[in-house]
Amino acid sequence: MFGIFKPRTFFNLASTSIFWLKIIFIFSIIIGLGLALVFSPIDYLQKDTVRIMYVHVPSSWISLLIFLIIGICSFISLIFRVKVFSVYAKSVAPIGLVFSLISVVTGSLWGFPTWGTFWSWDGRLTSMFILVLTYILYVLLWSFIKDYNSAEKITNIVGVVGLINIPIIKFSVAWWNSLHQPSSITLTAAPTIHSSMLAPLLIMFFSFSILSLIIFLIRYKYEIINFRVNKK
Amino acid sequence: MMFSKSAKNRLKFFILLLISASIIIFFIYNNLKKNTVYFYAPQEIKNLSGVPANKVRLGGLVKEGSLKKNNNTYIFVITDLKNEILVEYNGLLPNLFAEGKSAVVEGFLRDKKYFIASTILAKHDENYMPPEVANALKQKKSK
Repeated sequence: MFGIFKPRTFFNLASTSIFWLKIIFIFSIIIGLGLALVFSPIDYLQKDTVRIMYVHVPSSWISLLIFLIIGICSFISLIFRVKVFSVYAKSVAPIGLVFSLISVVTGSLWGFPTWGTFWSWDGRLTSMFILVLTYILYVLLWSFIKDYNSAEKITNIVGVVGLINIPIIKFSVAWWNSLHQPSSITLTAAPTIHSSMLAPLLIMFFSFSILSLIIFLIRYKYEIINFRVNKK
Repeated sequence: MMFSKSAKNRLKFFILLLISASIIIFFIYNNLKKNTVYFYAPQEIKNLSGVPANKVRLGGLVKEGSLKKNNNTYIFVITDLKNEILVEYNGLLPNLFAEGKSAVVEGFLRDKKYFIASTILAKHDENYMPPEVANALKQKKSK
């Protein structure tokens, strides 16, 4: 059952799947962008500004999801000393960093015409800002600490501690009065976003996930080769 | 269990650390609650012991039919459907600012019923829909 996590098996699986993932990505991003930018209706209040949402929301979801993965991998690596999980976390981190930056930048661009300000220190924006800082810290620690074992240990700790922030971001709009609107899509209630807007949003999320997976697999292969070369 | 003894020890230590950390965070959170308000709702202003002298934010619905323009000064009512606070503002309104929608205003309280705003932010809610759907909903409501 855990055979897939063996570096060699996973490496070979990565090599064969990247090609097919690229094809899936190209099709889904064309459909997604077409729907999001051209064929989806305007919002009754925001007009065309709503189209920023189709990039902003998937990027935010992915940046949270990736940090969740980093945290879980760091935990497994820290407690059970399964080295390959640190490699997973290290490979996936820069992708999360980029998507968290995209989320913050597109959010600001949306906020100015909608709220009347680029930035405000409410619960959601502040906790998201902390996530970006955590990502930067995580990535920089890997590149600045030369000794692999100590870099692994310290980044694992950052990964696990940073996990605390994830539920705070998720529930910030429910716990505090905030400028940011509450979630439109929840597990418990029907989405408050019209289906003609929900479809492009989900397709964009799917495309971004596939893109993240492709970049992750490429980076994973690089890190494994790097790891083997440095060991010798 | 399948784990080695040292892994078990690390896990125990980690769980202990997690429990103590969550207790500490719980206490910090409870104490900070007062200082981490992004905006007050009208009800919360009413419950305050005094009128805060520093800059605060007030958030709520802009009452239907309350927006008046006098030269360059806007006057409107922010409400949570129970309490009402009159807001005076001098400047440009954001595009999405409208009666019946939420807004956050930043400024000073003159007293508990009168707010002098220096900045206005329009709040968008979690509803996204095309204009035709919004119109259909509106018509349904007015029937």
